Amino acid sequence: MLSNIAFYGALETGLIYGLVAFGIYLSFRVLDFPDLTVDGSFPLGAAVAAVLILDGWNPWLATGCAALAGMGAGAVTALLNVKLNILNLLASILTMIALYSVNLRIMGRPNLALLQEETVLTPWYDLGLQFHQVPVLLFSIVALVSLVLLWRFMKSETGLAMRATGANPRMARAQGIATGGMIVLGVALSNGLVGLAGALFAQSQGAADVTMGVGVIVIGLASLIGGEAVVTPSTVLRALIACVVGAIIYRLAIALALNADFLGLKAQDLNLITAVLVTLAIVLPGVRTKVAGRLTRNKA
Amino acid sequence: MISATDLKLTFGKGTPLENPALRGMSLTVNQGEFVTVIGSNGAGKSTFLNALAGEVMVDSGKIVVDNQDVTKLPTHKRASRVARVFQDPLAGTCEGLTIEENLALAIKRGQRRGLTAAVKKQYLDTFRNSLSSLNLGLEDRLGDKMGLLSGGQRQAVSLLMASLTPSAILLLDEHTAALDPKTARFVLELTEKIIAEQKLTALMVTHSMKQALEVGSRTVMLHQGQVVFDIAGADRQGLEVKDLLGLFEKQRGLTVDDDSLLLG
Repeated sequence: MLSNIAFYGALETGLIYGLVAFGIYLSFRVLDFPDLTVDGSFPLGAAVAAVLILDGWNPWLATGCAALAGMGAGAVTALLNVKLNILNLLASILTMIALYSVNLRIMGRPNLALLQEETVLTPWYDLGLQFHQVPVLLFSIVALVSLVLLWRFMKSETGLAMRATGANPRMARAQGIATGGMIVLGVALSNGLVGLAGALFAQSQGAADVTMGVGVIVIGLASLIGGEAVVTPSTVLRALIACVVGAIIYRLAIALALNADFLGLKAQDLNLITAVLVTLAIVLPGVRTKVAGRLTRNKA
Repeated sequence: MISATDLKLTFGKGTPLENPALRGMSLTVNQGEFVTVIGSNGAGKSTFLNALAGEVMVDSGKIVVDNQDVTKLPTHKRASRVARVFQDPLAGTCEGLTIEENLALAIKRGQRRGLTAAVKKQYLDTFRNSLSSLNLGLEDRLGDKMGLLSGGQRQAVSLLMASLTPSAILLLDEHTAALDPKTARFVLELTEKIIAEQKLTALMVTHSMKQALEVGSRTVMLHQGQVVFDIAGADRQGLEVKDLLGLFEKQRGLTVDDDSLLLG
């Protein structure tokens, strides 16, 4: 059903969106902070990386700066919430809107092409792998390293304090945890991961575009919720694995839907398919529990 | 030692719902004292405890803990000196975290938290020893999620967490009120045991006059945001609920005339 190239392409973007899902797991799940900043921090990462690469910077250094820029954006959202008491969702929308202008300013125009530039992927093409396998290999490594680092962090004293902040802020304060600081750190980390994802996406697609962030939050949520439905997130490690698994499943599902000719779907239907998939991912686990409940009740 | 001097706090100032919760509350608790606090609904018991903990900031007055003025400090900056158990058994612990993770949070109360592993091997013996003193079999369930425990078990663990590291004062906010009578008795006995063994300074709010007299070494009654009486030592010995009611009637006659009170 899927061509080889479409399959590897789905894996490639799936792994990048796995990083976005990590970020959304941090904000939505760990901190209970519905954060829409990601729609702005994803193209921010792309813009920063693209501009710096075109300026002749080392692509890894440019990617690192993109992650830092994402962290800055996240910190702004969190500070609007913590210091100015703006509702978290609204604070993130404000930052997201502001970032649209910021991204245009950074790039100087709506999009930048990276086709002939040296990117983080360039040296890997010399390994002798097939052309479409290279990004999958590199992004697998990035996703794995991020997963391990995040997992270690969540198990650390600071990480545990962050989890307590989201789960029970009153208890966290009573234990001496500066909950406001934890929110700033967590939302910054979350958007740092999304900025990193944006930078990698721009390099793998060969361009940065100011509109490339539209719907990133929905795709990230779809990955998170879908992954949680497949991999029960009973521990931090499982929850993080669920993020990557969900993102890959999501991209494969999209690729399948677009490739199945009998469905008659076209690329412009992408957002509609996304919305349907997210709705299904949210509703299906509930239906499953209900059906299971009915079955067991009948047995008893 | 902890001392509160002339605390005043009004909620909703300048609105039709203006509510003076503390009206010049003063109380000093000495090292090693176990004070029980009673009072009707709206007497200011919870507000007083929240003010001591830092959850609410007073309009005026002064709070000193171990010779440091903490009046302006937020909760997390007082946490190294002030330990707390909430009324709601679900409030003192995180249900999504394991028992050992909850204890690991508490063992670092008020201290810097770094990037080393939160649950350290050297903690585990301490955790097991203190959990086994509960006789609930929790010492073998360190890796279980807190949410799997009953309300009483969670409240018992909250108490352990509050006493895991030294504090200048332990605040207990009607911490047995949401439990069934048998569990409430268990948690209360545990409270007395821990306070006696570790010679803690404690302030316990209760709704029950009987409990207020049976437990602790000193009893304070609050009414309309002030201390109306304060008894300890020989005066408190052999005092019964009806004596307390008498005392209260007498005090009330002197301070306010037109107020209906519900006393549990």
